Amino acid sequence: MLKMTNIYKTFNANTVNEKLVLNGLSLDLNEGDFVTVIGGNGAGKSTMLNMIAGVHMPDKGSVLLDDINITNLPEYKRAKYLGRVFQDPMMGTAANMEIQENLALAFRRGKKRGLSWGITKEEKHFYVEKLRTLDLGLETRLSTKVGLLSGGQRQALTLLMATLQQPKLLLLDEHTAALDPKTANKVLALTDQIVTTNALTALMVTHNMKNAIQYGNRLIMMYEGKIIFDVAGEEKKNLHVSDLLAKFESVSGGEFANDRMILS
Amino acid sequence: MDYLIELFMAIFGATSQGLAWAILALGVYITFRILNFADLSCEGTFALGGSISAILVVSLQWNPFLSLIVATAAGMIAGSVTGFLHTKLKIPAILSGILTMIGLYSVNLRIMGKANTSLIGQSTIISIIKGFLPEAEQLGIKDSTLQTGVSLVVGLVFTLVVIIILYWYFGTETGSCIRATGNNPAMVRAQGVNTDKMTILGLVISNGFIALSGALVTQSQGYADVGMGIGSIVIGLASIVIGEVLYRKAKNFARKLLAIVIGSIVYRIIIAVVLQMGMDTNDMKLLTAIVVAIALSVPVISKNKVFINIIRFISKLALWIKSRVFVRKEGK
Repeated sequence: MLKMTNIYKTFNANTVNEKLVLNGLSLDLNEGDFVTVIGGNGAGKSTMLNMIAGVHMPDKGSVLLDDINITNLPEYKRAKYLGRVFQDPMMGTAANMEIQENLALAFRRGKKRGLSWGITKEEKHFYVEKLRTLDLGLETRLSTKVGLLSGGQRQALTLLMATLQQPKLLLLDEHTAALDPKTANKVLALTDQIVTTNALTALMVTHNMKNAIQYGNRLIMMYEGKIIFDVAGEEKKNLHVSDLLAKFESVSGGEFANDRMILS
Repeated sequence: MDYLIELFMAIFGATSQGLAWAILALGVYITFRILNFADLSCEGTFALGGSISAILVVSLQWNPFLSLIVATAAGMIAGSVTGFLHTKLKIPAILSGILTMIGLYSVNLRIMGKANTSLIGQSTIISIIKGFLPEAEQLGIKDSTLQTGVSLVVGLVFTLVVIIILYWYFGTETGSCIRATGNNPAMVRAQGVNTDKMTILGLVISNGFIALSGALVTQSQGYADVGMGIGSIVIGLASIVIGEVLYRKAKNFARKLLAIVIGSIVYRIIIAVVLQMGMDTNDMKLLTAIVVAIALSVPVISKNKVFINIIRFISKLALWIKSRVFVRKEGK
């Protein structure tokens, strides 16, 4: 369903800070795949997601989503196909607006927005039902400003917003990295539940190798702008963190094994 | 008694002025608070509205009400220019506004052909409405009082209409997107909204109302001047800030808008009082700038320990001086 072919991207071209971030990256996703993405800092994980979302445009290569060429489509136009949750909990929601107003914005993703009232009564019941599934007590706080919620609550809300309109593809960019371990686990479990019940296709970047093995049906490892390891199904289930570390060390000469990954 | 009447009349006039300028403040609120865009083009669009309204009435003998519509439309176009410079040409927000403002200075001179246009002897909105009313002498009041009264009612009606329009519009789907764009553009784009379009739309609406305000002010004061917009951004901000301080607890959007109108009136009353106390008119803009600077820095000052300690010291000093003075008085 998602087909990325030979993507190249260089940041700050022709300057001293020139950096080749994606180096001929190709990726094929099947319908219903829940793929976890791991890789060291600067491997190009976030850039790959931003390339799909349209934040950055590739220098070369093409991105196809369900046979629609979205390579050069502006971010806001392709948003109708995509659900996104960001690393920074502040990024996914509008802090000065109410919970229901945020949900109403997300509910209209990919639809025409006109001069009718921003939130209808029927919608509110629907939002209450949806918020109840989060089990965070938000269903009674529809008119609370999102800025008053905790980081974990905001990420859960963003997750709900991303899936309120069924996306073709859900992009999760280290969406639990900024949360404390307990909240992170809760949001991860919630993510798994939402992805499974809605049978979504999802790409989840994570720094935590255990999580990468635990969740999803497929795992890809990136290094220097390329995918160097791609496993699925049974083989993935039987992976261990030590296998992944060994794999990385063999390609990068030990460079990958930074503290953050071993500790997590 | 005479003094009281004089003061009352000054406040009456200030209220009338405050209402005409309130629409400017509401326009500034759209960009400054909702869209998070410090839009300086308002200095030019305010005078643009005034110039167009004046010249249409004087040179082309247009109906003054019709001139308001044209003025508003011209303001909207000016706003779209700022929006285009910022979103499409990626010029920083402040600079985009400044460019439009400076450009409009020449445009306004071109429109009027000279630096100012007087409406004396022409039919204005005020004179038309006054035509429906009995003569001032018959009512037993001065003609200037009737004039001010009519201006006040006109300002009130227009301000209320603008508030209703804003309240409705920012509750709609598109209006919500503009609000969200000022809050978190990345999130809005992720929800499939063209943020460039929303920024331009917000600037168009804001500058439309600012030009309308300029036209109304021109109609009630009886002249347009190419420099009438100078400092208007600061006056708008002062009104917003005063309103927000007075109605700190206003949560509802309509109340927030009303607070700004009150802020605009209070600002005019403060000015009137200060002028009555004998302050030089030329110092007005400096005073306004200082008031706005202090009011906008309150959130910072209230958190900064050094500032807090300075304020504590000053208040202790004041208490000490006060106690000294009182002791002396009692001693007498």
